[in-house]
Amino acid sequence: MTEDQLSTTFAALADPTRRAILARLAAAGEATVNELADPFPISLQAISKHLKVLERAGLIVRGKDAQFRPCRLDAAPLEIAAEWLENHRRAWQDRLDRFDQKLQEIQRARKESPS
Amino acid sequence: MTDETSGQTRVTAEPGKQEIVITRVFDAPRDLVFETFTNPDLIPDWWGPARLSTTVDRMEVRSGGSWRFVQREADGPEFGFHGVFHEVSPYRIVQPFEFEGVPGHVALETATFEDLGGGRTRYTGRSVYQSLEDRDGMVASGMESGARESMDRIADLLAKG
Repeated sequence: MTEDQLSTTFAALADPTRRAILARLAAAGEATVNELADPFPISLQAISKHLKVLERAGLIVRGKDAQFRPCRLDAAPLEIAAEWLENHRRAWQDRLDRFDQKLQEIQRARKESPS
Repeated sequence: MTDETSGQTRVTAEPGKQEIVITRVFDAPRDLVFETFTNPDLIPDWWGPARLSTTVDRMEVRSGGSWRFVQREADGPEFGFHGVFHEVSPYRIVQPFEFEGVPGHVALETATFEDLGGGRTRYTGRSVYQSLEDRDGMVASGMESGARESMDRIADLLAKG
């Protein structure tokens, strides 16, 4: 469930053009396919393909307007991915904090009774 | 990378790459960090989450040696982890890592220890998973325990006043 969602999110993010599209939507709020395609040296069809991947991953939503179908960013999957990473970081932080404590204890002990 | 603060753990998971990289700088000389990291007697003190007890079933610290750690809940199930030391050389450890709860999913871990000078050492742990799903799933399954872990730490802090 969450796993699939994460994999889909990460797969969608694993492309520089798609990340650039998301960055643009984050800044601009809303944009049409033509507007999004403008800065890229690739075809409209290629951009449409990227948008489909992003839409399937739930990272963008597209308007109902049949002609323009403007795209908007949906940050929810990104938040889940960020939370995933943060949980992992916290677990490691905790483990390495304890390791660090051990190191400091050993160093103190050595200072007190140099062999 | 050079202005890393000691005590902060950085985790990097690039989209589309089936690896996770962890870095941490310690205020201790490299010999000591390496020695502590590979000391079986000290593993129970830091390796597992604080709420579980960790015991070392075996840990033969040499290239070709094997290791197995067991974690236990206070009154409950055991979780085993095992692998072999493919390489243990000064300042580098290469080892496959398998959680026995999900057999067959093996990650390859490479730990390196860099001397930063001034009695500081950077640890880098790089885990490469067999698939993207493995990487993402591994961490997703750790989510709940990660959250619990942080609650434990908050409790610890409060107890210390």
